[in-house]
Amino acid sequence: MTLPPRAHVTRNERRFRFGAAALPYLLISPTLLFVTVFTLWPSVRVLYDSLFLQNQAVQVPRFAGIENYTALFQDPAFREVIASTVIYVLATVPVSVLLALILALLLNRKFRALGFYRLAFFYPTVLPMVSAATIWLFMYTPGYGLVNVFLEFFHLPSQNWLGSTNLALIALIILGIWKQTGYFMIFYLAGLQGLPHDVFEAAQLDGASAIQTTRYLTLPLLMGTTLFVTTIAVVNAFETVDQIYIMTGGGPNNATAMLLFSLWQTLFSFLDVGTASALSVILIVVLLIFTATNFVYTERRATYE
Amino acid sequence: MLTRMARLPRSFLFPFALAALLIALAACAPAATPTPSTVTLTFYYPVAVPGPITQLIDGYITKFQQQNPSIKVNAVLSGGYGDTLTKIQTTIKGGGTPPDVAVLLSTDLYSLVDSNAVLPLDDNVKAAGGDSFLNDFYPAFLANSRYQGHIWSLPFQRSTPVLFYNKDLFKAAGLDPSKGPANFQEMVDAAKKLTKGDGSTWGLEISSDGIPYWLFQSFVIGNGTNVVGAGANKVTFDAPPTVQALQGFADLSTKYKVMPPGILQWANMPNDFVNGKAAMIWHSSGSLANILKQAKFDVGVSYTVGEKGYGAPTGGGNMYILKGIPADHQAAAWKFIQFMSSTDVQADWSTNTGYIAARQSAYTTQAMKDYIAKVPQAAVAPAGLKYAGAELATHNNAQIQKILGDAVQAVLTGKAAPADALKGAQQQADQVLAAFKD
Repeated sequence: MTLPPRAHVTRNERRFRFGAAALPYLLISPTLLFVTVFTLWPSVRVLYDSLFLQNQAVQVPRFAGIENYTALFQDPAFREVIASTVIYVLATVPVSVLLALILALLLNRKFRALGFYRLAFFYPTVLPMVSAATIWLFMYTPGYGLVNVFLEFFHLPSQNWLGSTNLALIALIILGIWKQTGYFMIFYLAGLQGLPHDVFEAAQLDGASAIQTTRYLTLPLLMGTTLFVTTIAVVNAFETVDQIYIMTGGGPNNATAMLLFSLWQTLFSFLDVGTASALSVILIVVLLIFTATNFVYTERRATYE
Repeated sequence: MLTRMARLPRSFLFPFALAALLIALAACAPAATPTPSTVTLTFYYPVAVPGPITQLIDGYITKFQQQNPSIKVNAVLSGGYGDTLTKIQTTIKGGGTPPDVAVLLSTDLYSLVDSNAVLPLDDNVKAAGGDSFLNDFYPAFLANSRYQGHIWSLPFQRSTPVLFYNKDLFKAAGLDPSKGPANFQEMVDAAKKLTKGDGSTWGLEISSDGIPYWLFQSFVIGNGTNVVGAGANKVTFDAPPTVQALQGFADLSTKYKVMPPGILQWANMPNDFVNGKAAMIWHSSGSLANILKQAKFDVGVSYTVGEKGYGAPTGGGNMYILKGIPADHQAAAWKFIQFMSSTDVQADWSTNTGYIAARQSAYTTQAMKDYIAKVPQAAVAPAGLKYAGAELATHNNAQIQKILGDAVQAVLTGKAAPADALKGAQQQADQVLAAFKD
């Protein structure tokens, strides 16, 4: 065994090398600290807690392996939770992203009252979700709510939006789309304004129609924005909770009990720490898989741009 | 240190100077009071009905402190009932000190005992006179205070559902406005006459969101049975009279068409009633003051009904003393909850909110007599307590209440037949409660 040639390195040099090596760690340490304390540690802790039974009947945590998970997957109510979450994701994400793109394309030119329209579509984003949910709760009220007054104007029957198992989730989906479309529109507007002019001029010279330009130039060039916006939309959809708490309480008959709301209810209403931890782990895993897939996909796409 | 501070600008020093002054003042304050051994109690209370609740509570506390100069009460508005329970449970789980006294649902009893959060009050009750002390409380309000041979809480803000009816619409429909329906059949008959086919007025509205099990219990108790009673780990959701009760609830909109279909919102009921959109509603007796203030017509108050006659569960909050507080706090806390449940405070609390006074003697006070002479409707709910049954309360209460509530909603939205829904609910509840021995 040979010793490293320490004798050649002076004390000052060693100090310098150590400093140079430590600098990057020093620079990321504040972030690392926060990520560890507020993200990594809670994730590990929740994974650990999910392996224990801890609820109203079992006050002292008892190791249970994957029992919390098997119980969840055998529970028909959990299947309903997954189903309504998936429906909500599949409905809000494509519609709000597509609507945002269309609005951005329409508003990305010069005409009168442009600022007014941009503001009108963006303002739902500025409202806190709790206020928005309270406003929509009133709009959906049978009898005097705005939505029903609108329906009756066209001689359509008034609906008990939040009191019907079929309509309650749709009512939340409409609110979700209304709330986030303006936000995504801003990203698309920014994306559109950052596009290179030369390719569009070339297309114009070649006599490409507006539809062709949009189809073959604008959309592919906006792919980065689309992926970013989609990621946010999916995360938003999974993290839907405020409006459920305010508008439906998960009802009627669990029709609007989505994943995060169900987690909140299991922990703070049922005081079931084990099951709530298992639900958290499931939520984290789903979001991790989605984000990782999206990240890999984005990396690959980036080379074509 | 001082020299360095002196170099700082004046504006920078000011907050520190102020803080130092305040700390000095705070340190002097206890010395100024006559008794050096002041006990400071923390009191959590939720707000569950509209009205100037905070002012009322602060008023009672001022009075209590005058009577007991050595006790100071720090009242903390703690949100709704659910928030209050969550705050206390998480404090205990996290190893912190809970408040000394809290108003929590009477039905939270088993959850609180299970998590070892509350103190039994037996010794205090015995010292206060034992049964002769307890006998003044309405028995229905003590139904969820006893467990395992102990008494755990005193009633404070209690209510039952009642039936509000529009006397003007009753007269117009040729019905007797002096009394409400005596049973389910009479209620349906009246509702049919009151319902206008165009949807402008419904005969009846009974909400089923939030905690649907509560108003459903009115039907069940009116059918001569109840969903609880045989122990804190037992429920009977699928007995034939209960199935019948749920069928009746659903029939109101599907068969008799006297109620709007689907799940109706608790918060909309008083509005629909005062606007004449609903001729009868079932709501908490605690909404009386608010409804009387808003209605432009003569309001009748009667009892909720089932097939066999009147019936209603109790509801509302009791006062608990939390575990893990020092011994001198325990004695002070008992004094405080005794004061808050005293005849005079309960009479005042009831006339100002619409809650039913927890003590029978409150209704013999002059203040209450004057109030009832002015608002005769306020006498209805306490007189109906003899028809009241226990509210659904078990171990793991929130989950059990949700299981029954889900079954009710499934039937009302046409997703399941009453017998199937309640049988399923019974199985789920049995599964949840199997972990508890008594």
